[in-house]
Amino acid sequence: MSAGADSGRLPAAYTVPGSSSFTEFLSAHAPALLPSRRPLPPGAALDVPHGTTIVSVTFDGGVVMAGDRRATMGNIIANRDMEKVFATDEFSLVGIAGTAGLAIELVRLFQVELEHYEKIEGTLMSLEGKANRLASMIRGNLGMAMQGLSVVPVFAGYDLEESRGRIFSYDVTGGCYEEHDHHSVGSGSLFARGALKKLFRRGLDAAGAARVAVEALYDAADDDSATGGPDVGRRIWPTVGVVDAEGARFVPEDDLAPVVDAIISERAEGAR
Amino acid sequence: MTAGMPFYVSPEQLMKDRADFARKGIARGRSVVVLQYDGGIAFVAENPSRALHKVSEIYDRIAFAAVGKYNEFENLRVAGVRYADLRGYSYDRSDVTARGLANAYAQTLGTVFTQESKPYEVEIVVAEVGATPEGDQVYRLTYDGSVADEHGFVAMGGGAEQIEAGLKEAWRPGLHLGEALALAVGLLGTDPAGGETRTLAPEQLEVAVLDRHRPRRRFRRVQGDLLARLLSSDDPTADVPAGDDDGGGSAGNATTNPQTQRPEQDGGGTA
Repeated sequence: MSAGADSGRLPAAYTVPGSSSFTEFLSAHAPALLPSRRPLPPGAALDVPHGTTIVSVTFDGGVVMAGDRRATMGNIIANRDMEKVFATDEFSLVGIAGTAGLAIELVRLFQVELEHYEKIEGTLMSLEGKANRLASMIRGNLGMAMQGLSVVPVFAGYDLEESRGRIFSYDVTGGCYEEHDHHSVGSGSLFARGALKKLFRRGLDAAGAARVAVEALYDAADDDSATGGPDVGRRIWPTVGVVDAEGARFVPEDDLAPVVDAIISERAEGAR
Repeated sequence: MTAGMPFYVSPEQLMKDRADFARKGIARGRSVVVLQYDGGIAFVAENPSRALHKVSEIYDRIAFAAVGKYNEFENLRVAGVRYADLRGYSYDRSDVTARGLANAYAQTLGTVFTQESKPYEVEIVVAEVGATPEGDQVYRLTYDGSVADEHGFVAMGGGAEQIEAGLKEAWRPGLHLGEALALAVGLLGTDPAGGETRTLAPEQLEVAVLDRHRPRRRFRRVQGDLLARLLSSDDPTADVPAGDDDGGGSAGNATTNPQTQRPEQDGGGTA
């Protein structure tokens, strides 16, 4: 791993100048570690865990991203407390829907890609640069997507140049589209988007945007069996990440519990 | 008659010539001081450039400092970042150690020294900050691949011998950051030839720390107003603040840990 076959000297790939990309370094030196370079065995689609719904909402000076905690495998709940929203660097978040194993590998690679660039260049990558790097990783996964192992992320970050939160969505071919105000991906996204349109308004603050996101997830879970609603018995709430000029952070469970409780009791009132 | 005959050069002579060559190259450059303080490890270099760094972040707890030829140590720095990121990606963040990196550098420098047409004219330090001062590791690597495990302080470059003599006298365990920086900066301004002592201003210095109290990415650059306050003897500032301030550089955010998500954890665990 660390060294060449005989001398222990760092191999030539380590000292090639020019590239600040960890993925490019891997493809030259250790291609087997890249998900896109793995040969696909022929055969039917696998029954593997799938992550479900992610919601992203902008507010004045930042953006919120929330994800439910459920992973499903066919009709089985594979995991009830999975995290599907990740901080990818100091100023960005990514949420994943699709094949969980591949998606998490992709997020780890993307995290290292961003930090690697930052260390080698001595500066942060632009937000659009990050969005495009993620697009090229999704593009590399097209072969697997065609076999049913697709990964569809949503990327959100704070743009230090423009001082605002921005959201980017993707398709399985690596198409990258900027979304305005709010967006949702995953199996429950149809219902979440409907809720977002009714709940969202411009000029929200971070707490307001978090509440909108959690309520949209509540609606998604209401109508989509693959999306997990708030688990009151086990006290499992959605993952809610916030990114603004201060950086990326996650809303602590203690702050989230009253928001979830308020939504549940409001909904119970009119039996909505 | 003898024109086409190669002269015999003994291996001793050959190695000595290469060592002299490398040493001369290194002695031309300005010095870098690496020293432990109560809260971590400090790196101090006389370097007016804001872009061409002599001190850099390698990984969560590991930093790199170098003197000598810029293109050669920059090459080693990039190789170190690639080594660390690959290792952390394929194993775990906690499996990336300064000792492993120092070994890889030693092998590389040693091979270049004996096998290539000219040795690298560099000297480097690889340092890792621990949970306590006893856990700190500082490795000094020279142009021929020798490694020394240092304790307390290291000086490299042109005036290194005089600076080390000065450090031996004045350095003690438990210095706070302000004291450690003042000591290093004072010694860097001393002329090895015995000339007038210069007072180095903050903008002539490159200063960074591995702060053991930061979460995850411990490396942070210390510059501008904060550096001036730390160096000033009548300002009470003795250590870097816990949070981020005036663009302290590439230091990671205190509240996120990408690979584990949660701030309390260090290394450990997949995403």
